[in-house]
Amino acid sequence: MMEALQITLLVLVAAGATAVVLIRAGIRQVLMLSIYGVLLAVLFLAFQAPDVTLSELVVGAVALPIILLLTLAKVRKREQ
Amino acid sequence: MQVFPFVVVAWILGVGLYGVVTSRHLVHQIVCLIVVQSSTYVLLLGVGYVTGAVAPYFFDVPNHTPAVDPVVQACALTDVVVEAAVTAMLLAFAIQAYKRFGTLDPQELADLKG
Amino acid sequence: MTPRQRRWIFLVAGAGLVAFYLWGLSGLPGFGNYPGPYGFAILRVAVAQTNATGVVSAINFEYRGFDTVGEEFILFVAAAGVATVLRRLRGERERPAVDEAAGRGVPPTSSAVRMVALLFTGPVVLAGWWLASHAQTNPSGGFQGGILLATAFILIYLSGEFLVFKRLSPADLTDVVEAVGAGGFVVIGLSAIAMGLPYLKNFLPLGQVPGAVSSSGTIALISFFVGIEVAAAFILIVAELLDQTLLIRRGG
Repeated sequence: MMEALQITLLVLVAAGATAVVLIRAGIRQVLMLSIYGVLLAVLFLAFQAPDVTLSELVVGAVALPIILLLTLAKVRKREQ
Repeated sequence: MQVFPFVVVAWILGVGLYGVVTSRHLVHQIVCLIVVQSSTYVLLLGVGYVTGAVAPYFFDVPNHTPAVDPVVQACALTDVVVEAAVTAMLLAFAIQAYKRFGTLDPQELADLKG
Repeated sequence: MTPRQRRWIFLVAGAGLVAFYLWGLSGLPGFGNYPGPYGFAILRVAVAQTNATGVVSAINFEYRGFDTVGEEFILFVAAAGVATVLRRLRGERERPAVDEAAGRGVPPTSSAVRMVALLFTGPVVLAGWWLASHAQTNPSGGFQGGILLATAFILIYLSGEFLVFKRLSPADLTDVVEAVGAGGFVVIGLSAIAMGLPYLKNFLPLGQVPGAVSSSGTIALISFFVGIEVAAAFILIVAELLDQTLLIRRGG
């Protein structure tokens, strides 16, 4: 039987994924991706996997938003 | 209830694929690819879970307490690293494509000739 | 084909794909009923064989160490690939990295951002170092520690000083550190061959206490090398993207 915490986190993760896809490109989508990464990390913690939690936090909430924001800045600069 | 995590995995996969197929901006497409790949992490960890078990670290629990499967966790770790590397490469390609063709719309990029 | 048609075709095909996927997944033995022998076999022998209490890191760096070599090389090649793809093309010029705004009144970075970034740099370096060196005891490992170490350098950039960032992480030094990290991992494996053992076999003394920092032989050493390689690769990727944004301009 699954715990209530795991069921709640799974529903939140599904909602987060839908939100990331439906938001249009830009800073807002990168922010939503960061929140989605933190939600995934907490889900992995509830699945008893702390090592994967650390990796997902460091990659999905730190590294990926940095390189995505730098790319968006480069693209926007040329439009000016 | 026993199949609910796998339903969520299939949902995330489907939603991510929808984002990739109907995207109008290359960076949006790359982010949806990240979402598709994240569904595989949930699948791997869902397969290896043992009800009522602890994490496979025996620093402060006695040595043979039942623990969840550590091999799929190692696989998921490698998966996360590969996602970061692939995203970096894809973003570099997106920047050069924008410099060359002036647009980031994948549906227009398909029509341009080199 | 118009976008609307594309969307409808995808909805039909996607529903079919997800239906097949769910049908396949329902053949799995349910969530929480892990049956497999491989996981339980490793759990039984891992702590005794390697003196490492972090079983996931023991798997990553010893039982399946060869896969980790491949994974680190994926990161290595990605850093090299980003540098190649973003090279200065014909028709662009790269402005020299000097402080052009010295004379003008540029609005400084907000004090809150600057203070938080500088305050956090020290603890982040410490946390990254701790993570990279404790792979065998706790949930940590070379990869997480490496990216945290790189984040410390990026915090320095965020506090407003791109030129300081470039000076503190010159491209040549970062290249050398990354090569040392990747090469170090391979050399550890090769030195096992030099002793007549299979590639990447754990040949260093295993230590007395399971889970101490100096225990578990090559696992700690490999984790350290992986950490510095990942840190250098990530700093290179971010430096390339920053160069693109700030220094490279169109025009001859």
